Formats: sequence, C-alpha cells, structure tokens
Amino acid sequence: MSAVLEVSGIKKNFGGISAVDGVSFDVRESEILGLIGPNGCGKSTLFNCILGQLAPSGGEVKLDGKVVTGLRPSELNKLGVSRTFQLLQVFPKLSVRENLILAGQEHQGNMASRLVGRSDAGLTDAANQMIGFFKLDHLADEPAGGLSYGQQKLLDAAMAFMGGPRLVLLDEPAGGVNPSMLADLKERLVAINREKNATFVVIEHNMEFVMSLCSRVMVMAEGKVLAMGRPDEVRKNPAVIEAYLGH
Amino acid sequence: MSGFGKPLKIALGLVVIAGLIVVPMNFNRYGLFILSQWAVMTIAAMGLNLTLGYAGQVSLAQGAFVGIGAYAAAIMTTHGWPLPAAIVVAIVLSFAVGWVLGYPALRVQHHYLAFVTLAFSTLAFLVFRNESWLTGGIYGISNIPRPNFFGIATNKPLPFYYVCLGSLAIVSAAVWWLIRSPWGRAFMALRENPLRAQSLGIDTRRYTLMAFAIGSALGGVAGALYAPLTQYIDPVPFNLSLSLDLLMMVIVGGAGFYFGPFLGAMIAVLLPEWLRFTEGYYLMLYAVAVMLLLIWSPTGILGIVDRYLAERRTKAASALRAVAKSRLETAQ
Repeated sequence: MSAVLEVSGIKKNFGGISAVDGVSFDVRESEILGLIGPNGCGKSTLFNCILGQLAPSGGEVKLDGKVVTGLRPSELNKLGVSRTFQLLQVFPKLSVRENLILAGQEHQGNMASRLVGRSDAGLTDAANQMIGFFKLDHLADEPAGGLSYGQQKLLDAAMAFMGGPRLVLLDEPAGGVNPSMLADLKERLVAINREKNATFVVIEHNMEFVMSLCSRVMVMAEGKVLAMGRPDEVRKNPAVIEAYLGH
Repeated sequence: MSGFGKPLKIALGLVVIAGLIVVPMNFNRYGLFILSQWAVMTIAAMGLNLTLGYAGQVSLAQGAFVGIGAYAAAIMTTHGWPLPAAIVVAIVLSFAVGWVLGYPALRVQHHYLAFVTLAFSTLAFLVFRNESWLTGGIYGISNIPRPNFFGIATNKPLPFYYVCLGSLAIVSAAVWWLIRSPWGRAFMALRENPLRAQSLGIDTRRYTLMAFAIGSALGGVAGALYAPLTQYIDPVPFNLSLSLDLLMMVIVGGAGFYFGPFLGAMIAVLLPEWLRFTEGYYLMLYAVAVMLLLIWSPTGILGIVDRYLAERRTKAASALRAVAKSRLETAQ
C-alpha cells in the first residue's frame, strides 16, 4: 500500500513555544489513522499545518509523493484533501441542503460556468444522496443553525465528503455527539472508507471510538510523536500510559 | 421574504414596475430629475451591497467609482463618443481599479479595510480636482450630451428618466442572476465563514477580488449615467460624503437583502425632498429618522420585515408541534 500523505519533520513555533516539534508520519492508502494525545499536545496545529491553514515553521508535506507544503487550503481541497472542524463550522442561515450544495460547488466546472451555469451547479442530486446517507432527510430544508449540536456535527462531516475527497482529516468528529448518533457516524465513516476508498486521519478523545475505528493510532505529547502502531499495541505502551495518567 | 405567496409577489412587482413607467409621465422636470437620481443611486448602492452586504467587505470608496464612471462618460461623450461605448469603458475601468483595490482586503478586514478604501476615496477626489488637463479641475466638465437611441433623442427629462430606469432594470436582472449563481453563494460563504469556505475549495482570494471588482463596476455604471443626467460634473459630488451616503443607503435598506438598495436609495434621495415642507428642519428630521431606524433595527428596513416573517414561521412551527403532540397524547 502506497502512502497518500507523507509528513516529514513538521514544526510550528508560536513565539518561543513550539506547538509541533518535528512530527513525521505517513498515511497509507484507504487506512483510518487515529491521532490521540492530551489537550494542547499539538494535534489540531498539526492538522492546520498539513492543510495550509497555518504555515509550518519547518518540514514538508507530500500528497501522493508531490510536495504540497505552502499550498492554500482551497488549492489542497481541489486536490482532494478535505476536513471537518473541532468547533461547529456550518453556515447557520443556509439550509442543510444548501450547505451541501455550497460544499460541492467548487468541485464542478470553472469560475465561468459557476457564473453562467445552473444556480444549483447540478449538485442537488449529490446533496440529496449525501442527506440520505447521513440520515438527515427530515432536516434537509431546515436552516443548519437550528439543528442540534450532534446533527450539525453530522452535517459538518457530510460537507467534507461532498467533493468526493481522497483524504479527509477529521478533528474530533465525536465531540459532543450522543452515543446512538455516534454509532451511526462510525458506521457512515466505515462505509465511506470501504466504498469510496477514502483515507481518514481522525483526531479524537473518545478512546473507544478511536480504538474500534482506526487501523493504526498515533499518539502525540508535547508536540512530538510518542508512539505509533496498532490500537492494542498503543494501549499497552508504557510511555502512552505515562503521558495520559502520569505527572 | 418567503412569507408571501409567489403570485402575490409577482403581481406586486408588476404593479411597482408599471407605476415606475406610467406615473412619472405627469411629473415636472424636478420630479423626474429626483426619480432619475434614485435609479442611478440604486445602481451604485446595488454594487456596494454586493461588496459589503453579500461578500462582507467594507468599502468607503463606492462614491469614487461613481466619480470614475462619471468622468469617463463625460470625457468620452463630450468628445463625440456614444454613451453606450462610454458605459462599457466606465465598467472596464472601474472593474479594473476595483480589482486592484480588492488586494488590501486580502490582508486587512473591517475597520482597517474601511480606512484603506477611505484613503483611496480621497486619492480619487484629488485626481478629479487636480488633473485639470483631463478632468477640467474645479471647473469640471459642462455640456455633457444626452444620448440618442435608434434616432430618439433623450434630451428631455422623461426620455432620459427611461434610460436610467431601463439601465436599472438591466443591472437588477444581472445582480439577481449573480446572487443566485454559485458565485452568490461563494460571496455569502466569504462573509459568514472564510475559514470554512477555504476548506471547501472556495478560492477566497479570487472571490474577494471579484466582489470588489463587480461592486465597483456597478458604481462605474451609475457614474456613467449620472454625468448625462446632470449634464455638468465637477469633483465635489464624488467626495467622501457620496461614499458615506451610499453606505447609508445599503445599511438603511438592509445590507445583504436584494431589495435593500432600492429602499435605501429611496430614503436617501426622496425622504429629504418629502421633508422639505418643514423648511429649515428637513435635514435634522432626516438625520433623526435614520438614527431612530438604525437603533430600532440595525439590519435596516428589510431586517424588520425579515424578523417579522421569521417570528411568524416560528409561531406556525410551534403551533404545528403542539397539534402533533396533542395527537400523540390522545393516541396513547
């Protein structure tokens, strides 16, 4: 299996503090990699460096073997890299369906066709499919801002999948989602992973969720990689237990 | 405004359009001038509404673009060019300058962006005033001709009012199309959440520049009509106060609402005229009216309508829920 994403020596300093300190790892084609670690260990900062939302202070990111460090988030997204957010980032005034149409529109045609073409950019069908897949049918025409927290999390994830991405970085998808909805979300993610061959990197604090979803888990502490391996290996690793329970 | 039935909305629209065509036939010269001015200012305010209301980019330079369009039209038509050619040049010129003015918006936002555009506004005014070889300086440009269309002269106030109204109709249709296209959605995404927009592949840089360029181009169109309307221009009408007036039209009407600029321009252009019977007090009353409106509804006039409709929907929805709940209970 070839690597979709190769990260080597990524560093990010904020003033004198190094939030991410030389992190290297790779993500294989169609795997689900978990990323765990105590709060403030640099997980989200690492995501933002990979996605071009922050400029890394050093290091390199390769997508399918090509260097993509320094590309803008929108350019990376066009190359098939998508993300979800830790905090809710849906468009509250738009309906669920409009949110999804917006999420897909830049992946079709070009600037000119988006100006003179059909106003839904031909995406209503794709949006409806995604709504069905995430079981949001009864909410399709509701403004997204009126949905419950868990439903908005689902919509946020659905939006990330609209462009048919190859690689999706999910930042705490389970945070604040109730257990039954969480089981649903996991089932959806596994289905997309299998059927669409999409590769995931998942930041999550919910251990049970991570351990059952991911094929490999990477543990970070204080900006560095502490351990990497199969979930059962990582769980037994003394350094990991120390980082979580020690001090 | 989804609270009204569609046929009712269409009927209302047709009545307003018919009214705008028929009623002014009895207006005197002054009334027609004011109404033409409303049409022209609505076009400029629609441009600013795109930049500010939809895309969320603050600009205090829309008046300068009206000036650029006006000078382009005045210089060209006094040298024998037809007005439509001058309008095209005004569009291209203000689009290009607006595009360049968009670059600061990629780095600074809100108040800082307001200051950058304010500085541009001052710069444009100085060019209009000081470059007399081109603009006639403080003496301005006079005897600006009005166009002939298909052999029909529009020298008289009524035909030229129809030129302004027709232009407003074309611009309105174009803007309607734009805000319903994926571009309109991208502009809105830019305003609501640029971070999320980027992660969905929306090229926020390009759309920001486009929002500035298109909004400015509409300012240019308004200017190219303003010049033959007044038939004389000098730098004074295009100073910062015009930019502030246009900003007020957008805010008072309701920023980000399609019909906001129509209402805003109506209040800014017509209300002072209606208040003239109060003689010396009319400007004061006008200022107080605007202040009270914005205290009552910071989202402008259409914000009030929107709130009312939203409340009605919520009430209807909770009534539906109550009915469903009582049915459920009786079923149990």
